[in-house]
Amino acid sequence: MIHSVLGGGVTALCCAMALSDRGLDVEVIVPDGAPEPASRFAGGMLAPFCEGESAPELIVAKGQASVNWWAAHVPDVVRRGTLVVAPPRDVSELERFARATREHDWVSPGDLEPDLAGRFARGLFFSSEAHLDPRHALSSLKSSLESRGVSFRTGAPRGRIVDCRGVASHDELADLRGVRGEMLIVHAPDVTLTRPVRLLHPRFPCYIVPRENGRYMIGATMVESARRGGVTARAAMELLSAAYTLHPGFAEAEILELGAGLRPSFPDNIPAIRHAADRIHVNGMYRHGFLMAPVCAEQLATELAELHAHAD
Amino acid sequence: MFYGVDLTSRLMLGTAQYPSPQVLLEAIEASGAEVITVSLRREGAAGGAFRDLLAKSRCRLLPNTAGCHTFREAVTTARMAREVFGTSWIKLEVIGHADTLQPDPFALVEAARVLCAEGFDVFPYTTEDLIVGEKLLEAGCKVLMPWGAPIGSGQGLRNLQGLRTMRAHFPDVPLVVDAGIGAPSQAAQAMELGFDAVLLNTAVAKAVNPVGMARAFGRAIQAGREGHQAGLMLERDMASASTPVFGLAELA
Repeated sequence: MIHSVLGGGVTALCCAMALSDRGLDVEVIVPDGAPEPASRFAGGMLAPFCEGESAPELIVAKGQASVNWWAAHVPDVVRRGTLVVAPPRDVSELERFARATREHDWVSPGDLEPDLAGRFARGLFFSSEAHLDPRHALSSLKSSLESRGVSFRTGAPRGRIVDCRGVASHDELADLRGVRGEMLIVHAPDVTLTRPVRLLHPRFPCYIVPRENGRYMIGATMVESARRGGVTARAAMELLSAAYTLHPGFAEAEILELGAGLRPSFPDNIPAIRHAADRIHVNGMYRHGFLMAPVCAEQLATELAELHAHAD
Repeated sequence: MFYGVDLTSRLMLGTAQYPSPQVLLEAIEASGAEVITVSLRREGAAGGAFRDLLAKSRCRLLPNTAGCHTFREAVTTARMAREVFGTSWIKLEVIGHADTLQPDPFALVEAARVLCAEGFDVFPYTTEDLIVGEKLLEAGCKVLMPWGAPIGSGQGLRNLQGLRTMRAHFPDVPLVVDAGIGAPSQAAQAMELGFDAVLLNTAVAKAVNPVGMARAFGRAIQAGREGHQAGLMLERDMASASTPVFGLAELA
């Protein structure tokens, strides 16, 4: 039996890949007129321990597997850890972050990122974390799947439905909501950062993820709203001023893109695999798409491979 | 009584910054709070899914105008809140300073006057200034909400004597300490001073264990209130001795 994976974002592609890895027959169906997947606007941080600041232990424990998963499936997974800093008057935020997380060391940020020398006295370093470029990763997965003969098309599904449409699945999942996130991509040749840096602030926390060629992703707001549409001036101001606080070189950056997406989220903000009458849902990645999609995909593939084996 | 509503729990809980709506609901439950505040300015009309989750708490909603910096913004947001939430209660917040989040008392009084005239039950977020308090009452407010310290600072009751004076000056007005509370002991202290309720958010939402902290605050506020009602003993100075009358040798 063929498996029809619905959706074009990170959840759909990870599921298709995990099913294909087990030799199962897969097609990917991207519905006509579907909005751009939220994962295009993701940070691409594989940071289970940092996420533990607000995420439950389950995310921290299971998410760790995703670094190796991505490294096995796409090139360019960068394993340089995560650096967390706070402006001098908000150092208590750093203490709080340290208490709420594990697997970190206190460091002098300038030792790791010379551009931050003299700007921040102390920071937290999560050495086992990694990052990737979400758009590269998604296109790499798609190319690999295509080279294995997996078809990408629109139209009606032919087989067992694996529904990974993100917030669009709200039509089937009543408790799924969108949590709006806004981000920017800038070109900042004056700044050199080699790993994701999180700037803590009681109201405007932000992270900056290096992309190739002097580009940086600056993210991301968290607004309990399902509004689509452009980045608000407030969000852009908050994110840019946070970036400027991290390094004044960002003041001269060229803004390449302003983007907004809706994170599909269940009430507990934990991703889930749900079995419905006519389909299996894999959804609710919240802010953990690149971290948790491989975990959910592997779990799903294991279940379906067993089912398939018994059917034979 | 808060606009004719009697509350058993004197904790009012904010709903921002929790790890998830699920954790928020569990925290509300553990705290015993009967009133929760909810913002609208940034989320707008499209925040319905989150509001539907809040409705599950069965608490009375106190919409707020958080994030508003002008009279006009605050009034518009309040009107929208009445439509969206179907309540005349509004926590009126007009921020004067983006950094300290100190209320702008001038725009606050102006907005309170307009909203009270339109039939809103206004809970104004103010300072401990007595004159501003009087102007707010004159504008039609029947509750005052002085800050403990700047929003999110966790500094507790920064001007203890000012808050004592305010309590004494407005003996019959429900007074709610709003903002700046970081620890259950600080919330208990506000209740021991005779305040009618405490409103807080960050100290619970950003705790390592929000549900545990919510329970702690609920109990502390209950304890502080019972302590106040039972009549606290007054402090006595036993360190610098006054005249002893018994048991001292007469050396003359």
